[in-house]
Amino acid sequence: MFEYAPAPESRSVVDLKPSYGLFIDGKFVDPADGSGFKSINPASEEVLAEVAEGGAQDVDRAVRAARRAYEKVWGPMPGRDRAKYLFRIARIIQERSRELAVLESLDNGKPIKESRDVDLPLVAAHFFYYAGWADKLPHAGFGPDPKPIGVAGQVIPWNFPLLMLAWKIAPALAAGNTVVLKPAETTPLTALLFAEICQQADLPAGVVNIVTGAGETGRALVEHDGVDKVAFTGSTDVGRAIARAVAGSRKKLTLELGGKAANIVFDDAPVDQAVEGIVNGIFFNQGHVCCAGSRLLIQESVADRVLESLKRRMAQLRVGDPLDKNTDIGAINSAAQLARIKELSDAGSAEGAERWSPPCELPDRGFWFAPTIFTGVTQAHRIAREEIFGPVLSVLTFRTPAEAVEKANNTPYGLSAGIWTEKGSRILWMADRLRAGVVWANTFNKFDPTSPFGGYKESGYGREGGRHGLEAYLNV
Amino acid sequence: MSERVAVRKTYKLFIGGKFPRSESGRSYLVQDSNVSLASRKDARDAVVAARAAVKGWAGATAYNRGQILYRVAEMLEGRREQFVGLGVPADEVDAATDRWVWYAGWSDKLPQVYGGANPVAGPYFNLSSPEPTGVVAVVAPETPALLGLVSVIAPAIVTGNTVVVAASPSAPLAAVTLAEVLATSDLPGGVVNILTGRLSETVPTLAAHMDVNAIDLTGVTDPEVAADLEVKAAENLKRVLRPVPTDHDWSADPGLTRMTALLETKTVWHPKGA
Amino acid sequence: MTATATSARSDLSELGRSETALRTFLHGLPGVDQVGAEQRAAQLGTRSIKTTAKAQAIDLAISMVDLTTLEGADTPGKVRALAAKALRPDPADPSCPHVGAVCVYPSMVPHVADVLRGSAVHLASVATSFPSGQAPLEIKLADTRAAVEAGADEIDMVINRGAFLAGRYSEVYDEIVATKQACGDAHLKVILETGELATYDNVRRASWLAMLAGGDFIKTSTGKVPVAATLPVTLVMLEAVRDFRAATGRQVGVKPAGGIRTTKDAIKYLVMVNEVVGPDWLHPDWFRFGASSLLNDLLMQRTKLTTGVYAGPDYFTLD
Repeated sequence: MFEYAPAPESRSVVDLKPSYGLFIDGKFVDPADGSGFKSINPASEEVLAEVAEGGAQDVDRAVRAARRAYEKVWGPMPGRDRAKYLFRIARIIQERSRELAVLESLDNGKPIKESRDVDLPLVAAHFFYYAGWADKLPHAGFGPDPKPIGVAGQVIPWNFPLLMLAWKIAPALAAGNTVVLKPAETTPLTALLFAEICQQADLPAGVVNIVTGAGETGRALVEHDGVDKVAFTGSTDVGRAIARAVAGSRKKLTLELGGKAANIVFDDAPVDQAVEGIVNGIFFNQGHVCCAGSRLLIQESVADRVLESLKRRMAQLRVGDPLDKNTDIGAINSAAQLARIKELSDAGSAEGAERWSPPCELPDRGFWFAPTIFTGVTQAHRIAREEIFGPVLSVLTFRTPAEAVEKANNTPYGLSAGIWTEKGSRILWMADRLRAGVVWANTFNKFDPTSPFGGYKESGYGREGGRHGLEAYLNV
Repeated sequence: MSERVAVRKTYKLFIGGKFPRSESGRSYLVQDSNVSLASRKDARDAVVAARAAVKGWAGATAYNRGQILYRVAEMLEGRREQFVGLGVPADEVDAATDRWVWYAGWSDKLPQVYGGANPVAGPYFNLSSPEPTGVVAVVAPETPALLGLVSVIAPAIVTGNTVVVAASPSAPLAAVTLAEVLATSDLPGGVVNILTGRLSETVPTLAAHMDVNAIDLTGVTDPEVAADLEVKAAENLKRVLRPVPTDHDWSADPGLTRMTALLETKTVWHPKGA
Repeated sequence: MTATATSARSDLSELGRSETALRTFLHGLPGVDQVGAEQRAAQLGTRSIKTTAKAQAIDLAISMVDLTTLEGADTPGKVRALAAKALRPDPADPSCPHVGAVCVYPSMVPHVADVLRGSAVHLASVATSFPSGQAPLEIKLADTRAAVEAGADEIDMVINRGAFLAGRYSEVYDEIVATKQACGDAHLKVILETGELATYDNVRRASWLAMLAGGDFIKTSTGKVPVAATLPVTLVMLEAVRDFRAATGRQVGVKPAGGIRTTKDAIKYLVMVNEVVGPDWLHPDWFRFGASSLLNDLLMQRTKLTTGVYAGPDYFTLD
């Protein structure tokens, strides 16, 4: 046997303070009522830092700071200068990428190879991309003189903390808005380090404000009268509540919500790459991915063979210490999420699906879930309909392309889909019919700042990324 | 010789390409004509018809949709006097006709203007294209009776959506007459469905309907009603177009936003390899 | 996925009898998506192999080296020195394993055999008009027999790439079968020359063709064309031997050759073997590196691990 010795990334590159205030008007400040919460490492349950819990008063302060900055500094500033600040931020992110990657893995539980090779490069790329738009807005296709909206209130999830921050802040600032952003309560730390980067970049005070907290903080932000634009990424239930909350207001809203993507494998698929795509589709980031390929649809004639290959491949997945460079699957982000994954998986077993996981030792402390597949799943099973948001794959079969489309679209969601076949015309036929905002053919879970991302139906509305991503932050 | 007795028209609903009475059997009087008073069930039937029409209409070629919208303009031009007879100013009829022509031309251009290739950092073909969102409920503006109506229907359907329109309660004759135009323009049945009657009966049903993908609240004048409808629409995360001010200038260049608000962007990735 | 999976073992042995059957089978193999295969290979390349795992990997890699010289300028003196190094790669450290084999031209085989006699180091000879293979079949077979008679127990043959690319699969198949016969007890490694096959689909088909015809090993390259072994090509070949064993029960070895010069590279290959086909192939009987300069880098890294000090090339023999 060829056992890989532990290869831990050094955490000494991260210099965490014992506690963090709110980042408002360019400074870290204490919350009005002094309350706070702890952010822990989900792989060890160790406390990483104490973080302020922003209340309504703090949100108000942040929105006012953002308004001032919008009216006095950022709004009037020429696009070329806004661009230079964003380029500066992009560069600092690149220079400090190892530090940010390690902190992301500590706070989120994702493997360092993903935070290092996926999250951080995409974060920097996103700022670079939108930096370049700041002085080219008249050429973006939204009329000769598109205007920013004003103050954006942004609420982001815990699955890609810094990347979701980048998706929100970069286009908002490029278009000339100022922002108040609330990171998720389980993963606030990289956003706070980003606040330090804003200081390092001499970004004018109030342009970016970070208010940490949980659901109530987010609600205060979304409902604040001084907010002109709300952007949210997270669950469909919360998205619905936000859509109700902004009803009848002037606030412009974009939502990136849940998904239950079908990953469709035909009998002529490039099978080894398809298996990689299935694994990447559901086990990337512990399956904490809104566009995860959580429903595998295999053409019945090859289902046994594909499953055999998939199981063999899953046995190679290395679950454990997120900071080990050889870890493929890290920790589940929180106890609450772990409970949800367990609950739905148990429902899968109870409803008669067959459950399988490779032999895999899980650490004693922290939140862990072995990569799992369910076979014999039907459309009626909860695990085929509800978003599990964990490393759990539901496997269904189909006979014809039309049946694959029908099953794939038979969900209230519509964020993404995958197609695996060597036949070009079938790819295009399928892609036309799949009701999903992103269709990956012979690949999966690919992201790029130039490529619009977002869902159909209950997966939300609006697009992030590309020229389309500007629209959410322009008054058009 | 006695004067000829005129044949009067019965103004009925327009659902699935047919002109049924309201299932409720009710009507109301407008300009001395009986007009159907649509019920919640009529609204539901209209959604079923609109949904059934999505596949064919969204799947039609852009060229074909453009041809049909242009045909609508041709038919409308031919009925100019009829609309004038209903009290629609002649220049409004002309503007409405021209608006069909304008939108007809967009069918095969918007995907190029609003979509395109994305230069991703990797060996991938990556293309974004707009697609219709599906079934759209539309509250037509109270006035102008014809131009307002055309200005909300045409941008919704040119890209492949189908619509259920709640017509202006005070000016439904133009709407039903427009339905006659549509019915003779090769527009497939169900692409446009028109409900006449009280907005308070049909629109809340449409706003809450889980098989409606978007709602255009243009004609809703009461802000509280609009907010309530938006709350209902949130249940399945409908795309929402908020009301426009009552003094909105319908003769101005409409821009793209009425079309783009009812589109989804689909992005397809594929590796490039030999 | 394809005929490979569903065919009974006996069916596969019949394939070589008909050009049509062979073509149908090879063209029915699942395709390889280039981008996906290259990404998988690159991801495996990011594994971090440290400390004990690295020491283990280095010794394994040394034992898998086919220490090679294939030059027109090769002389008896040169190959004898190489053979001596194969037996004791690090004269200063008796715990250092010997290499897997020495690989030379047929005319050099007797000289190497003198040195290796009685050792566990194998003696490989290229044959069949290496590297082009452009000679009449009788000459190629004679070349093979001569090498075996002179003492080679492993033969590295080249396939007829021209025939393969022209779609004359039976011709390639028959040549391999004939060469295998000419080998007698010697092991046959079949060089696909993947750099000339150009696509991964071709690499997969050629791998299956070589295995169906009886090859004991499939090998990437001669080292004489611009593109030699790469990680993704080796990935595709490893998938082929994995699937072939699943279909037939027979295990075939894999030998990437050419362009592998550093310990870091060699470890990437071993990680790939480990994760794609598993520990059954992590043995010199089933995986080899065709290389020359790789050995010294492995030795330098080995010394670094034991002494903690970076070594220099002057401290290792140049043969």
